[in-house]
Amino acid sequence: MLAIVDTGCANLASVGFAFERLGARSIITKDADIIRSADHVILPGVGAMPYAMQALHARGLVEVLQNLTQPLMGICLGMQMLFSGSEEGGAEGLGMLKGCIEQMDTGDLPSPHMGWNTLENISDDDPLMAGINQGDYVYFVHSYAAEISENTLASCTYGQPFSAIVRRGNIYGCQFHPERSGKVGAQILANFLKVKP
Amino acid sequence: MLARRIIPCLDVREGRVVKGVQFRGHEDVGGITELAQKYRDAGADELVFYDITASVDDRTVGLDWISKVSALLDIPFCVAGGIKSVAQARARLEAGADKISVNSPALMWPDLINELSEAFGRQCIVVGIDSFDEDGIYKVKSHTGAANATRDTGRTTLNWVEEAITRGAGEIVLNCMNKDGVRTGYDIKQLQAVRAICSVPLIASGGAGAAAHFENVFKQANVDGALAASVFHKNILPIPKLKADLKSKGIEIRI
Repeated sequence: MLAIVDTGCANLASVGFAFERLGARSIITKDADIIRSADHVILPGVGAMPYAMQALHARGLVEVLQNLTQPLMGICLGMQMLFSGSEEGGAEGLGMLKGCIEQMDTGDLPSPHMGWNTLENISDDDPLMAGINQGDYVYFVHSYAAEISENTLASCTYGQPFSAIVRRGNIYGCQFHPERSGKVGAQILANFLKVKP
Repeated sequence: MLARRIIPCLDVREGRVVKGVQFRGHEDVGGITELAQKYRDAGADELVFYDITASVDDRTVGLDWISKVSALLDIPFCVAGGIKSVAQARARLEAGADKISVNSPALMWPDLINELSEAFGRQCIVVGIDSFDEDGIYKVKSHTGAANATRDTGRTTLNWVEEAITRGAGEIVLNCMNKDGVRTGYDIKQLQAVRAICSVPLIASGGAGAAAHFENVFKQANVDGALAASVFHKNILPIPKLKADLKSKGIEIRI
């Protein structure tokens, strides 16, 4: 069973539908026991980090998420929440990944970074990246990002290079929206479901 | 590199997709989910659904079809039509829309843009602008869904674009009304003028009739995406052929 954490953000349904298309059973929940006992956990998120973290605190889910040992994937803002903190409103994150989320310097390019952009510098040896190729397009919508680190599985460039996919142990994050990234996104979600709990 | 987006626009009226010429005389072009699937399969980068009667009839778009489209699609889509409050926007985003677009209500209550942006983040707030070229002055119109309801707003397009962005718009869709449905090319001059002051993604709308029109609007007006309806609905320009053509012309395109 896959648990999609009800963060109070608005894109829960589309994340659920993406797993439905893969034939996977999922439940959207804020129940700590269901989240703890799930085989895989998804932390979705859109909107602003301070508000989203506040919602996790209000639901009593911060420690629950910090102590998970099964595969956990943060999507978009959900990925950003996994880090120590964010420049956005000075919000403190879950602290499960080292580093701070910073506002992107897009120079003369329009911001937010919105649309289909390419995955680069893919770590071929990670099972999450099976079937994913250099130059594959995925759908991004964001104005804050994580810098490249030893946890980066794939990067992307928009004005500056940043982490598109990260992983440390059982913790995964996608800055883009795999649920809206066509076949490439579906492949990544399917790969995640194959990671053993 | 970030790809330029090809965006079919589906005007929705009473549960069906319709298309008119210069916003008038609508004809039925198909079912909502049927066309959504068709365009996704053809390689559309994103879809926009406009409930063109919503502002006119003082009601809001229904939600059941949004969930159906969200379940079906693995590409993003935006929903527009008569969204007047944070609660109405929330319902559409929760049903599975990725972005919501406001047009006439934002002109009546500009604070709506601030409220939406604060509630959901600017990344999912699109402001649609119906702009009419009156002797070289670009003027904003509202309630364009029906001929007898269209209103002057007293606003100029360039000022409204700047105000909308300041208030929290994350993307601007510029509908150049003089060009709508006539397939003679995008309004490059107007789009260049707006591009020069638009710091968020800009989507061109109105006038697409041939692959060269898309090439021109990307190369000359530097827009992030190009929206079109009749050229796709009437199958004048199949999306796979269009995208291959644009890629061969050196434009960054997702194939």
